[in-house]
Amino acid sequence: MPIEILMPALSPTMEEGNLTKWLVKEGDTVSSGDLLAEIETDKATMEVEAVEEGVLAKILVAEGTAEVKVNTPIAVLLEDDEDASVMDGYVAGGGSAPKASDAPSAPQGGTSPTSGGGQESDNSGPPPSSGEVGAKHSEGADPSSRIKASPLAKRLAKDAGIDLASVKGTGPNGRILKADIESFDASKAAPKAAAKSEAPAAKADPNAGTDVGPSRGDGASYLEKLGVTPGSYDLVPLDGMRRVIAKRLVSSNQDVPDFPLVIDCEIDELLAMRKQLNAQAPEGVKVSVNDMLIRASALALKHFPDANASYTPDGIAYHKHADVAVAVAIDGGLITPIVREAENKGLSTISTEMKDLAGRAREKKLKPQEYQGGTFSISNLGMFGIKEFGSIINEPHGMILSVGAGAPRPVVKDGALAVATVMTVTLTCDHRVVDGAIGAQWLQVFKRFVEQPITMML
Amino acid sequence: MADTSFDVIVIGSGPGGYVTAIRASQLGFKTAIVEKEDLGGVCLNWGCIPTKALLRSAEVYHNMQHAKNYGLTAEAGYDLPAIVKRSRNIAGQLSGGIKFLMKKNKITVIPGFARLEKGTDAPKVLVKSSKGEEGYTAKHVILASGARARTVPQIGLVPDGKFIWTAREAMTPDTMPKKLLVIGSGAIGMEFASFFNAFGSDVTVVEMVDRILPAEDAEISGMAQKAFEKRGVKFKLGAQVKSVETGNDVKATISVGGKDEVHNFDRVVLAIGIVGNTENMGLEDLGVKIDRSHITVDEYSFTGVKGLYAIGDVTMPPWLAHKASHEGIICIEKIAGMHPHPLDANSIPGCTYCHPQIASVGHTEQQAKDAGYDIKVGRFPFIGNGKAIALGEPEGLIKTIFDAKTGELLGAHMIGAEVTELIQGYVIGRQLETTEEDLMHTVFPHPTLSEMMHESVLDAYDRMVHM
Repeated sequence: MPIEILMPALSPTMEEGNLTKWLVKEGDTVSSGDLLAEIETDKATMEVEAVEEGVLAKILVAEGTAEVKVNTPIAVLLEDDEDASVMDGYVAGGGSAPKASDAPSAPQGGTSPTSGGGQESDNSGPPPSSGEVGAKHSEGADPSSRIKASPLAKRLAKDAGIDLASVKGTGPNGRILKADIESFDASKAAPKAAAKSEAPAAKADPNAGTDVGPSRGDGASYLEKLGVTPGSYDLVPLDGMRRVIAKRLVSSNQDVPDFPLVIDCEIDELLAMRKQLNAQAPEGVKVSVNDMLIRASALALKHFPDANASYTPDGIAYHKHADVAVAVAIDGGLITPIVREAENKGLSTISTEMKDLAGRAREKKLKPQEYQGGTFSISNLGMFGIKEFGSIINEPHGMILSVGAGAPRPVVKDGALAVATVMTVTLTCDHRVVDGAIGAQWLQVFKRFVEQPITMML
Repeated sequence: MADTSFDVIVIGSGPGGYVTAIRASQLGFKTAIVEKEDLGGVCLNWGCIPTKALLRSAEVYHNMQHAKNYGLTAEAGYDLPAIVKRSRNIAGQLSGGIKFLMKKNKITVIPGFARLEKGTDAPKVLVKSSKGEEGYTAKHVILASGARARTVPQIGLVPDGKFIWTAREAMTPDTMPKKLLVIGSGAIGMEFASFFNAFGSDVTVVEMVDRILPAEDAEISGMAQKAFEKRGVKFKLGAQVKSVETGNDVKATISVGGKDEVHNFDRVVLAIGIVGNTENMGLEDLGVKIDRSHITVDEYSFTGVKGLYAIGDVTMPPWLAHKASHEGIICIEKIAGMHPHPLDANSIPGCTYCHPQIASVGHTEQQAKDAGYDIKVGRFPFIGNGKAIALGEPEGLIKTIFDAKTGELLGAHMIGAEVTELIQGYVIGRQLETTEEDLMHTVFPHPTLSEMMHESVLDAYDRMVHM
């Protein structure tokens, strides 16, 4: 029988939302996890994911319809073996299907325009929780599809309080195995279809990220559980960039075994050379310390290619060029534009390019290919007076260099106390590809370029 | 002009190689297999199968000697060349079977010795035979070149055509040695010790560590040693052969607990492990990682060199035929874009076909403790089983080890009659991830030796019935 897709409740308090856009059209084949439509609430714009699979037979609520009540049927799915003829005379919820033009006038008397029929009792039930967003069986459908799991997996799940329904089985026919329970990560599991929708989203535009863990559309109760009184704060919805930052860094912290290496670099010579360079530079070019560090890093990667590596499940990728990503703070977050093949670029080229990239980054006008990929990253908080800090690896980069402020510090030279401008850098390495000795040797090479900047000019 | 371009080329036709080739063909790959000697590799021709044939002769001979126990009369005698001939015929028959299987699965057999050169999709395969060298290309090359017995030429422990044998020479013995030295008490060493002891050889086994069958559970090792000693096999544990001198016989200097002893033997069987066949194939030039003669691969048998995979004995342990076959299947299914799970080392059973037989899967008691498990151990002896007594095989033990917390069967260890045929029951249990509860609810047929498997599980939870 046809499956009705209902307007989801994207948060416990949501009563209605705007159906801004359909991402599928009538006649499309839909599988579980596909994105169906975009729903806008007062809090955020969310995507509705399909839970069932089948053919989208009919769209009941046209895109652009505002204030659609939760649990209103918005479309109808036919299961694969069903003939379109079952749609003949189909009436959503027993009432008449609303047209887009009808919808704005909907909230009269607080009744949903479609709830006049036999589904009244259904609609008055609790809205589906955020974890079950999407299509729901219409009444009478069989909800008891058996979960296949090994006896050991069942017992482990029970002991750990894991709901088997939220675990993806990797055994024969999706059977849940011990390994699936052991690798189960509750924080990732809440929207079951999330993993599926990630891939296409990333391909199109990584800033259009889909979700971050369980807090989806549910910030208020998330914080309440942690003891923060509702109303004592302003909840700013997650925008695309914030989602991507959260998702990528959470996954990096979970999946990348990283470690920091710290080294001090004396930069008096580098500062002196910068002064000299800028005095003679053509109009409009002003080389920054950061530009010089980009070049030093790129040359160090070229001289020590073992460190210019990315982890993949099938092997370690050793990059042929040093594509240096530079973290740029922008309004509401940060982005990492990339200086490609930086090892082949002179300081003035790097400087000009970086200026352009950073400028367009702040205007949010970078093209995806300008910030996706890269082989290595630099983050510089020196301008804020930060002495030293560590960063989180941004995959696929194998290392990230955190640059602290250069400041006069006492140093011992030939047994006597002296003053030098010292800059502390921290190299965070992905241990799967860069071992301690490799990272340390890379830092030595980097330090040599920084402390004897003339060698950078070769 | 013969076809020289394939989807998959498998190098080596042992149980790893030929099974992989068949699976590749089933998956629709155009497949070839390279073999330098007989199809079937060591396993079929010089390992598993011919030794099982020899041990069967030993078993029947043993039963003839003990016919009286069964109310029978028999005159026990043997003909060594005929025993060897039977073993060789069986190997030959099975090798012919592989030839048929290759034909049936439309797999091109390329006779000769393969070496690899840098190629485009995968390394190029150059096969040298009596007809010269010919080049072949494939999208995927799977190396299954196997291994051979480890020798120690520095102290004379290398086959000399007469006195010093590896398994290969020991399975075509020219004589039944009166005094035999077996070096190494792993599966191969103990099977030959068992075979020659059955026909009356005075067998001494030298083992470097403090117990025999070091890979097995310590309790099982101890029981095996007692059973062998009862039949006259001598053991020198914590001992090492320092040198051998050959003349009319073999004079071996054996260091036992720091003191040197000199003993004379008619023959020596060398069973101190294996080395991978990784030489002269151009592997180093391709950048294949080789650790002490064995190739380092990932969980799906990828070598790190584009298009090149390695399975079986030439890779990492355990070095067992069934591990090689299964590894090959996982490797080729992964290549085909399927989603096989990597092989779980703890679910690979090991069998030793000496008398008494030994079989095991998973953690030993010590390994389970070392891994930090809180364990429950169940034991059931053969003497409590009706079928074992009826068979006249009342010696043996079935031991099970469970994770007390989850009920996972961590390991099972068996010694006694036919245990090599019993172990797979527990292996299936592990594969399906059963807990003690499922095993307890399983109905075991009566009267069988398998009932002991049930009782051992019950004993782990203090519910044993028949003891």
